[in-house]
Amino acid sequence: MAIGKYEDLNAMQIDVLREVGNIGSGNATTALSSMVGKMIDIEVPNVEVLGFNEAIEAVGGPEKVIAGVLIRINGDVDGMIMFLFEQNLIALISETFFGAAPENITALNEAELSALTEMGNIMAGSYVNAISQLAGLTIDVEPPMMTIDMLGAIMSVPAIEMGEMGDKLLFIDNNMIIDSTSIQSKMLLLPTIDSLDHLLGKLGVA
Amino acid sequence: MGQKLVVGISDWKVGRGDDIIVTYALGSCIGTCLYDKTTGIAGLSHIMLPDSTAIIDGHTTRMKFADTALPDMVDRMKAMGANIPALKAKIAGGAVMFQTSNSRFNIGERNIEAVKAALAKLRIPILAQDVGLNYGRTMTMWAENGAVEISSTVMGKKML
Repeated sequence: MAIGKYEDLNAMQIDVLREVGNIGSGNATTALSSMVGKMIDIEVPNVEVLGFNEAIEAVGGPEKVIAGVLIRINGDVDGMIMFLFEQNLIALISETFFGAAPENITALNEAELSALTEMGNIMAGSYVNAISQLAGLTIDVEPPMMTIDMLGAIMSVPAIEMGEMGDKLLFIDNNMIIDSTSIQSKMLLLPTIDSLDHLLGKLGVA
Repeated sequence: MGQKLVVGISDWKVGRGDDIIVTYALGSCIGTCLYDKTTGIAGLSHIMLPDSTAIIDGHTTRMKFADTALPDMVDRMKAMGANIPALKAKIAGGAVMFQTSNSRFNIGERNIEAVKAALAKLRIPILAQDVGLNYGRTMTMWAENGAVEISSTVMGKKML
């Protein structure tokens, strides 16, 4: 059956998407971990189909200030990968590259912003490579873009691009846990509705 | 006792008296505050997209689009007793959150134009605006006097 809206996905398809997230995020986390020289744990991903407002609550709430790195993808899956870097991960990345953590994440300098963007780029590449190899998918990755702002404003970008035909977002959501703290950075894979049929076909669960 | 009314994405709410109406973290979306000072009736809409006419199926809410949300909210305010010719608007949002050379993704600009067109069609003048640029905005309106505050991570708070 063609997927006309995200709510049409069945349990098996959700399980397969979760496994895609598991493979991709595991590889991306390994890349991050080796760059910053620290153990980073990753939780089992959730596949969420939520209304726009619930989606924003689920990733931290609308006014939470966070770094967002957005990478558009296309090919066997169209959509975007979004990294939401929390303060502790921003500090860790800045320490790795520059030897010091920034005092205020809303006032990063150009070099610090570039480092975060590049980290998102490396992680997105690792994510996509893993799912390309294991699931035989061809996926192109566009250059990364980043901003530091309120989470609601950042998440309005996928909501607008994927929410024209329906009122929900699908995202495969991974929590990264650094030093066992409860401050969790996230990586999200957000496929468009239009590319889901093709993706699920490629994965054998259309 | 007034209430705090929270307007989500693709949503609008109306209030009066000492109600406070707020919508959080407008990115490329647009917040439109409408206020009739003769009756103190206030409405705040948070639209996500400019135009509903390309949407052929019924899976989606009218509150998402500039061309449907604003007339619907005005109808509701009229039903509450608002004096429609007295309505004035303040708008905020329409940012480009991620800089890109691909104009396909510059929905913020299209949203600004669509909200202005919808307000022009309703003959509602725009008293003030804080639109465009590249950052998110939270918009708050006090129904008791129609005051509107914009707050953002980069610019802090200001009255619109």
